[in-house]
Amino acid sequence: MSKNKHEKVEKHVGWLAVFAIIAISIGGLVEITPLLFQKQVQEPVRDLKPYTALQLEGRDIYIREGCVGCHSQMIRPFRAETERYGHYSVAGESVWEHPFLWGSKRTGPDLARVGERYSDEWHYVHLMNPRAVVPESNMPGYPWLAENTLDGKLTARKMRAFQTLGVPYSDEDIEGAQAAVQGKTEMEALIAYLQSLGTALR
Amino acid sequence: MSSFWSWWIIVLTLGTLVGVAIILRWNMKNFTDVEEGESMGHEFDGIIELNNPLPTWWTVLFWLCLAWGLLYLILYPGLGNFKGLLGWQSSNQHVLSIEESRQAVIDAREAGLNIEYDRELARADEVYGPIFQQYASMEIDAIAEDRDALRIGQRLFLQNCAQCHGSDARGSLGFPNLTDGIFSWGGSSSHVYTTLMDGRRAQMPAFLEQLGEQGITEVAAYVLSLSGRAVDRDLARAGEQQFAVCSACHGQDGKGNIALGSPDLTNNVWLYGGSQRAVEETLRYGRNGVMPAWGEILGEDKVKILSGYVLSLSAED
Repeated sequence: MSKNKHEKVEKHVGWLAVFAIIAISIGGLVEITPLLFQKQVQEPVRDLKPYTALQLEGRDIYIREGCVGCHSQMIRPFRAETERYGHYSVAGESVWEHPFLWGSKRTGPDLARVGERYSDEWHYVHLMNPRAVVPESNMPGYPWLAENTLDGKLTARKMRAFQTLGVPYSDEDIEGAQAAVQGKTEMEALIAYLQSLGTALR
Repeated sequence: MSSFWSWWIIVLTLGTLVGVAIILRWNMKNFTDVEEGESMGHEFDGIIELNNPLPTWWTVLFWLCLAWGLLYLILYPGLGNFKGLLGWQSSNQHVLSIEESRQAVIDAREAGLNIEYDRELARADEVYGPIFQQYASMEIDAIAEDRDALRIGQRLFLQNCAQCHGSDARGSLGFPNLTDGIFSWGGSSSHVYTTLMDGRRAQMPAFLEQLGEQGITEVAAYVLSLSGRAVDRDLARAGEQQFAVCSACHGQDGKGNIALGSPDLTNNVWLYGGSQRAVEETLRYGRNGVMPAWGEILGEDKVKILSGYVLSLSAED
């Protein structure tokens, strides 16, 4: 052993890995672990409701089509944002989101409070071909959503999974899930989801 | 945050800073038996390693970063429940409703808290408050003729209304044209204001079951004839006999009813298309026009200016 103890880390990859893991985990231990135990991120805002079966299916289509790649769902507390989108997002709105869809890219506008801002019909026209209502839009059209119908086979299981994660679905909600979505188009589901966004705090 | 987690953060954060400082200090020492700048005694392809110290600029930057980190943790919230000497906070993240949010702003102001977002709004209010104040006491009809108000109105329109009504406000299929002076829900300033504040829901029922395919064709022909369109007279005459179901909302003369938002059928303006086929489709399946409510989103001041702007779009010069 030379006088240089640092050599042990430099020459033994195992020790290097151990110290690297310790160094990297400190950030998570400080920033993430306490949050798991904090009331602010567990208490829902007063008017928050779990997604209905149809909205939940719409959310999965939102994920499948990659909407989160271009649309954030997180209004930051700056006047420039709240003037355009409404009240800034708070933790209590996301307590039942698994996973959350805050996003980090805004090619299109933020959607955190798009609910009830436009009519269902507008969303339909816009999702079929965004240029029909917003000529300068570069969003792709999603016409197949109007053709695909949902069978709802997995809806109840999805809701049960959310139930185990603490989303307050009643057993009746889950029993009626398949009937609630069966035969509906993916378009209807997605619009139902979009119309629910941000309406719990406004 | 409970004091356990607060201390957890403080100990780990400060511990890391101290630990990093110790490691840096320790690694500044020369543990080798080689003089600084001399060869370490190995060579490959003519490349030799010298025992060089850490560059001064790098170590200085490192110490400065550590000092900066400490200063930041003293001034801003970073160490658990310690709020920092500046008392700075980005926003009121604990609120659970809009009412609580409004109350939190008042409470924070009374407690003299330093909430960045609240301060930003207060600064904006100082600048823009008097401008909106000036229009708050004006009649909407007067706003519709005020050039400065209309410039604000246009911005608000492009931001919030153009998605449906178009940037030229001429609408599109299913979304009303705002420049033609035709308002199904009434074109007075108070009507337009109410439409914007509370939204509107139009409901044209589906008539396929009641009228049948033949009836749909006949009534569509009669409806088109009301605005002087050339139609098959026999069809139209047969349609007229069945128009009673329509007149409940559109009136005996087909001129519509602003209380129900049922359009005037005699002006040859068609929200959902004016071809025989489009009118048949409307009759067959019904229509559900929705104007969203903007009162909660924009607030009275802005809706008032927007109402003036919308009225100005169809005003005759």
